Amino acid sequence: MRFAFSDDQDLLASTLRDFLKKECTAEKVRALWEDVRGVRSMWSKLAELGVPGALVPEAQGGMGLDERDLVLLLEETGRAALPAPVVSTAAVGAPLVRDAGGPLAEEWLARIAAGDAVVAVAHPANPFVADAGEADLLVLHEGDSLHAVERGDVTVTRQPANDPARRLYSVAWRPSPATRIAAGADAVKLLDAALDRGALACAAQALGVADQLLTLAVAYAQQRQQFGRPIGSFQALQHKLADVKVRLEYARPVVYKASHALATGVAARSVDASHAKLAAVAAAQLAAKTALQVHGAIGYTWEQDLHLWMRRAWSLERDFGDVAFHEERVAAFVLAPGAPIGPGHTFPNR
Amino acid sequence: MDLFYTPAQDAFRAEARAWLAANVPATPLRSFDTADGARDHREWERRLNAGGWAMVPWPVEYGGRGANLLEWLIFEEEYYRAGAPKRINQNGIFLLGPTIMEFGTPEQKARFLPKIASSEEVWAQGWSEPNAGSDMAAITSTARVEGDSFVLRGQKTWASRGAFADWLFGLFRTDPASERHKGLTFVLVPLDAPGVTVRPIAQLDGETGFAEVFFDDARVPIANQLGERNKGWNVAMATAGFERGLMLRSPARFQSTARKLVELYRANEASAPRGCREDVVRCWMDAEAYALDTVRTVSRLLAGGRIGFEASLNKIFWSELDVRMHETALRILGHRGDLQPEAPAATGVGDWLDGWLFSLSGPIYAGTNEIQRNVIAERILGLPRSF
Repeated sequence: MRFAFSDDQDLLASTLRDFLKKECTAEKVRALWEDVRGVRSMWSKLAELGVPGALVPEAQGGMGLDERDLVLLLEETGRAALPAPVVSTAAVGAPLVRDAGGPLAEEWLARIAAGDAVVAVAHPANPFVADAGEADLLVLHEGDSLHAVERGDVTVTRQPANDPARRLYSVAWRPSPATRIAAGADAVKLLDAALDRGALACAAQALGVADQLLTLAVAYAQQRQQFGRPIGSFQALQHKLADVKVRLEYARPVVYKASHALATGVAARSVDASHAKLAAVAAAQLAAKTALQVHGAIGYTWEQDLHLWMRRAWSLERDFGDVAFHEERVAAFVLAPGAPIGPGHTFPNR
Repeated sequence: MDLFYTPAQDAFRAEARAWLAANVPATPLRSFDTADGARDHREWERRLNAGGWAMVPWPVEYGGRGANLLEWLIFEEEYYRAGAPKRINQNGIFLLGPTIMEFGTPEQKARFLPKIASSEEVWAQGWSEPNAGSDMAAITSTARVEGDSFVLRGQKTWASRGAFADWLFGLFRTDPASERHKGLTFVLVPLDAPGVTVRPIAQLDGETGFAEVFFDDARVPIANQLGERNKGWNVAMATAGFERGLMLRSPARFQSTARKLVELYRANEASAPRGCREDVVRCWMDAEAYALDTVRTVSRLLAGGRIGFEASLNKIFWSELDVRMHETALRILGHRGDLQPEAPAATGVGDWLDGWLFSLSGPIYAGTNEIQRNVIAERILGLPRSF
């Protein structure tokens, strides 16, 4: 039992953090909103750091890591509001292709790891498919089967969302025996794993988003003067910001625990993923609301960068299961007769 | 990151569970804030100590079991799971003990720690004064040096466990010219010393859980000074860190309440008002989050880290969670929730009413949550001082 990241994991995260600080400025985020090629070029650079292939085995050119390593990287992409297919490809698509195995994995894993292929995954929890328009490979579901379809074989319709960095599409396509990669229980298993990984990824990004929103709000409160003093000296604002910090720091271990649960495949992993998403998204929502209030009118402008992270916080709430969905999953576990809850049940059996 | 227990930790849990199953009293003890209950609880502590379970994380030489903090958390889980009695000497075992280990002389460690472990000496806190509550640096009680004694004058109040304790630890002003945080010394005071008067105060629940303590030229040996003269503030802050940050409120306490809340909801599902279901589940999640964070803290401490200002985050989180859990329980119970346990119609009400009254003290004691928010704002977030 050791609830801490290794030096290697911390180093990997801080390397990505430094990279994004330089390469993914707020100005750049705005520029990438309508620059598909720019996103691709950013994705290639991230491939050099190992992000797209973090969960791809080393034999296919990936990093061969697990969710415990990826979670900190995802957090950094949230901190930078990185407008790239991190969740769809690195966190969900790559391990799905890996787990599906067979010719699909053979054909795509190396390309994913190299940053040459973007994967979009449709899931019943998401009415639209993120990054479908830019994807090379789409994993789509139909009845009880799962299909892999190339971009050229689908018709996509963009559904502009509140966050311009969020690329949502409706997808029209035709399943065929040739596109089918799994059916029945196998398909359900892959989809369930995708949902858990998607929820964890959103949670990890939400941590980074919340942390950045808090940092921006604190910086503004330190610098903005009213009544002849920094507004950050007023308890009315201090206590709001302190509450954000409390929510954020108590979401963190929940998200990290879920990364362990998914990496080790323990029985309660779905409950852990749901709890992680609920805790992190709640922290991000509170951070967004508070940061806006601390900034006042300037925070309500398009020019101020604050909304880059606010919009991210809002959109993460919906992806891979909303609050109601995840609360219900946790409730079903907690309220079941004989549920393993209470002191001594926090950590899984090996 | 490895979140599985080792076979040795599993064995430790099994050993603790077996001992507790054989020794925890079948019927709950009376409240330790009553004279009879205090006696019962001291008796329980004697038994716990004889079994070698009183101070799990302390070194063996001071009456402990020599286990590490992770094992302590495991023990705490089993302790709450077994429904074992509250710890009457929590001020001593969780707050003063660690402080003596950090600041005490070898003589002080040998003199005080074993009797804390056995609860032969039960401790009260002596921080607040009538005009020094949240503003603790406004302390005016003095300790004047005369020969090899301190002569204490002044008044402490809200001394938790004061009514039935043997000793009190607290801050006294040793430098009469000093102001605020400077010139204070941490002193250990026997409550039976001539010149010390303890007057119990009834709390919101009617029991004498705290007391005011008067010092009229009470003499205590200079050897009872803990840490450096005039540097008592630092010693007190370390104690507060243990209190807010880790020891006083181990997660098992809140997980146990959360589990009972789930059971209460399940027993009253049909009659529970709307919204209770979600609130119950949220409480469970927060209790888990608190447990997870604590293990993370302990992992950090075991790697050589220290408890810092983040203790203020803990204190807000657990105290507000505790209130929320009890409020939710009373909402589920409806009109029954307002009945005293002896009321004929009070079936299945458990001790939620009492627990709720106690939970309301959580955001006040160990430094009000407003003070904690100030600490977070200034010390963690780096915002300018508010006053």
